[in-house]
Amino acid sequence: MNRIISKTAVLTLSIFMSLHSFARAQEIEMADTMRSEGKIYVVVVIAALALTILSFYMFRIDRKVSKLEKEINKR
Amino acid sequence: MKTTIAHAWWWKILALICLFYTYYMGFLGEVPRMPILNETIRNLYFHVTMWMAMLVLMLCNAIYSIKYLGNSKPYADIVAEECARMAMVFGVAGLITGMVWANYTWGAPWVNDPQLNGTAASMLIYAAYFILRNAIADDTKRARLSSVYSIFAFVMMVVFILIIPKLNDSLHPGKGGNPGFNKYDLDSNMRMVFYPAVIGWTLLGVWMMSFRVRITKLEKHYHE
Repeated sequence: MNRIISKTAVLTLSIFMSLHSFARAQEIEMADTMRSEGKIYVVVVIAALALTILSFYMFRIDRKVSKLEKEINKR
Repeated sequence: MKTTIAHAWWWKILALICLFYTYYMGFLGEVPRMPILNETIRNLYFHVTMWMAMLVLMLCNAIYSIKYLGNSKPYADIVAEECARMAMVFGVAGLITGMVWANYTWGAPWVNDPQLNGTAASMLIYAAYFILRNAIADDTKRARLSSVYSIFAFVMMVVFILIIPKLNDSLHPGKGGNPGFNKYDLDSNMRMVFYPAVIGWTLLGVWMMSFRVRITKLEKHYHE
């Protein structure tokens, strides 16, 4: 009787263990560490900086074309 | 030259606000956890939007071509051409970004997928549009022929990009038996970034396109 109980206990335990490891394998890897360390913010700042510089340049071109248009209109 | 919508600032600023939002949320926003895709699901804001911007600009190309056939104003033809040019830039960007994404999720930069082959075919159709334009010396003849061609090209592109891949098995979401992004992948969180991203990239493309239109108009003015 005792042996049967211990056997079932081991069996259930092993099933739970395998279920647990199965659940862990199902977890999908994401860049959580990067976000928890805060290093991802550096990437965001740099990407935003690149966009800022590009947009600054776009506005410069726009102003320049507008100036040319005005000059040609005057003539 | 009268002041047009191209001289207004509000939509340019709107484009930049959308893009900054896209960059911020694109890296930091909540995304669903998906196997294989992992963090690359964020490419939705940077790769898929290229195609959306291309489609909108190609639609503008078709609209302005029809407009040209209606009113024969050279301005409509200039806009149509520059729309197609900017759309090609977005198309190339979409192809290159897609190849990088595919390399890490599907295992190869180019897989034999109807969506990929369809986009390649439609890019070639629009390459032929520019060859056609360059082949005709007469301005009005060029404008009329290319306007007719671009209506045909737009229909072919819709068939190649939006219809044929849906009928065949494709690795892209929403095609064949695959679930679409709108089923459960594209949750409401991603939608809130995806739509502004599409608006932002499209408006940026329109802005760049407007430069070329304005410069071409200046050149014409100068030579007259």
